[in-house]
Amino acid sequence: MSTVAIDLAGVKKSFGDKVIVNELSFSVARGECFGLLGPNGAGKSTIARMLLGMISPDAGKITVLNEPVPSRARVARVRIGVVPQFDNLEREFTVRENLLVFGRYFGMSARKIEAVAPSLLEFARLESKADTRVAELSGGMKRRLTLARALVNDPHLLVMDEPTTGLDPHARHLIWERLRVLLARGKTILLTTHFMEEAERLCDRLCVLEGGRKIAEGKPDGLIDEHIGCNVVEIYGDDPHQLCELIRPHARHIEVSGETLFCYTPYPDQVRVKLRGRAGLRILQRPPNLEDVFLRLTGREMEK
Amino acid sequence: MGESFAAVMPANAYNWIAVWRRNFLAWKKVALASILGNLADPITNLFGLGFGLGLIVGRVEGTSYIAFLAAGMVATSAMTSATFETMYAAFARMDAKRTWEAILFTQLTLGDIVLGELVWAASKSVLAGTAIWIVAATLGYASWPSILYAMPAIALTGLVFASLAMVVISLAPSYDYFVFYQTLVLTPMVFLCGAVFPTSQLPGSFQHFAGLLPLAHSVDLIRPAMLERGADSAALHVGALCVYAVLPFFVSTALFRRRLLR
Repeated sequence: MSTVAIDLAGVKKSFGDKVIVNELSFSVARGECFGLLGPNGAGKSTIARMLLGMISPDAGKITVLNEPVPSRARVARVRIGVVPQFDNLEREFTVRENLLVFGRYFGMSARKIEAVAPSLLEFARLESKADTRVAELSGGMKRRLTLARALVNDPHLLVMDEPTTGLDPHARHLIWERLRVLLARGKTILLTTHFMEEAERLCDRLCVLEGGRKIAEGKPDGLIDEHIGCNVVEIYGDDPHQLCELIRPHARHIEVSGETLFCYTPYPDQVRVKLRGRAGLRILQRPPNLEDVFLRLTGREMEK
Repeated sequence: MGESFAAVMPANAYNWIAVWRRNFLAWKKVALASILGNLADPITNLFGLGFGLGLIVGRVEGTSYIAFLAAGMVATSAMTSATFETMYAAFARMDAKRTWEAILFTQLTLGDIVLGELVWAASKSVLAGTAIWIVAATLGYASWPSILYAMPAIALTGLVFASLAMVVISLAPSYDYFVFYQTLVLTPMVFLCGAVFPTSQLPGSFQHFAGLLPLAHSVDLIRPAMLERGADSAALHVGALCVYAVLPFFVSTALFRRRLLR
C-alpha cells in the first residue's frame, strides 16, 4: 500500500469566470494531519469536495487512497469519513438512529452497526445521549455526532471542512482532543480551517491558500520561522502610519492592518523604549504565529 | 462526459434500499398522521362527488357513477401521493435538509439516491391507492380479488409520477415553482384522463392528446381491474407507463448531477 493518502497535481477549477482553485498541488502522507488554511473564499471547501468526487476539476490529477478521483471516488469513499462544514445530521432521528442509517449507506448490516455503535458513542462522549433526538443536542454534541458518524465505516482518511467553526471554545477544545486521539490511532486527517490556532495545534503540515492559490506549505513552526523568525509587537491606539515612522529603525518588518500595527523585530525592548510616554497606546508583545505568516504573505489579516 | 455520467448511475441493484429504509424509518415516526392526511382528500372527493354528482349523472359506462369514480380516485391518489412526496419531502431532503449531501459522502451514487426516493414515493402511492381501493371494495364498488391487478398498476403509477416530479424538483429553484406543475399539469390531467368522467365526452382532438398522458394509461389499467372487465391493450398501457417511469429517471439524475455535483 502506498504511503501517500492524497495527491493533487496541477488541479484547476473555475465556476464561470471565477477561478476557485488555481494550479494546486500537494500531497498528504498516511497518518499525517494536513491543514488547508485560508480565509473564506480561498477555495478550501471546493478542494475538500473535489477529494470526495463531488466536484470535478477542470484540469489536473487527484488521487485519494490510491484511487483516481472523481472517476473512482465512490470506491475511495468507502474508506473516507467526512465531517462537513454544515451539519447534515438527521434532526428527527435519535443519535443511535443516525449511526444506523448512515452505516447502512456503507452496506453495513444492522448487527455490525450495533456492534460498533457503543465505541463510537463513547468516543464522541455521547453515551448518555444515545436515544436523544438530534434536534435536542447542543452545537458541540452535534459536531461530535457528525464525527462519530464519519467513523462508522472505520475510515483510513477523514476529510473535515471547518470542523470547529461556530463552536464555543470548550466544545472546540474537546473536538481537538478527540482528533488527536484519532491521529494517535493512525488515521490520516485533512482539515480545512481559518483558525490559526487550530492549524498550529493539530497539523503536522499545512498549506496556506489565498484566492485558490498555494502561497506557502510546510510545518507550522517551520513556516513561522521562515517567514517571521522574530518577536511580534502589536501596537494600537494611535495613527499607525505615524508610529510606523517612529519605530522603523528597530523593526525588521512592519505591517499595518486596520488600526493595528504589527512590528516584527528581534529587539522588542528598543521598540518599547521608543514608544514610552505616548499616552493611550496599547502594546502587546507575543511570539509569532501563523496569522503573522498570512499577513506577511498577503498583506492582509485573515478573517477571524 | 459518458464516463462521468455512468459514475452517477446506480452502482448496483440494491444500494437504493438503504435510502428507502431511511425514509421508512422517518415515516414510521409520523405514520398515523401521514396516512390520515393522505386519505382525507381522495375519500372526500369520492363520497362528495360520487354520491352528490352521482345522483345527477346516473349510470356511466354501464356502472354506477361512484363505482366509475372510485377507480379514478385510486389512480389520482396514487398520482398525487407520489408527486407530493417527491416535490415536498424529497426536495427538502435534497435541498434544505442536506440529507442527499450526507448520503453522497458514502458509497452511494446520485442514481442510487434518486432510485431509492422513487421507490419510496411509489410505496406511499401503493399505501394511498390501496386504502381508497379498500374503502371502495368494502362498499361493494370493487371486487376483492381485483387488488391483484390493481396493486401493480398503482405501484407503476406511483413510480411514473415520482419520476416526473423528480424532473420538476431537479429544475425548480424553490418550492414556489411547484404550484405551476400542480395547476398546469396535474389538475388538467385529472380531467383529461378519464378519472372523473369518460374521455369519450371530450372533443376528438383532446381525446387523442389525452391518450398520450400517463394518468390515462393508469386509469385504463386500474378501472377495468376494479370493475372486473378485461383491460384493452394492457401491454400498451404498461409499456407507456414504463417509458414515463424510466426516461425521467435518467433526465432527472443528469439534471441533479449538474445541480449538485459540479
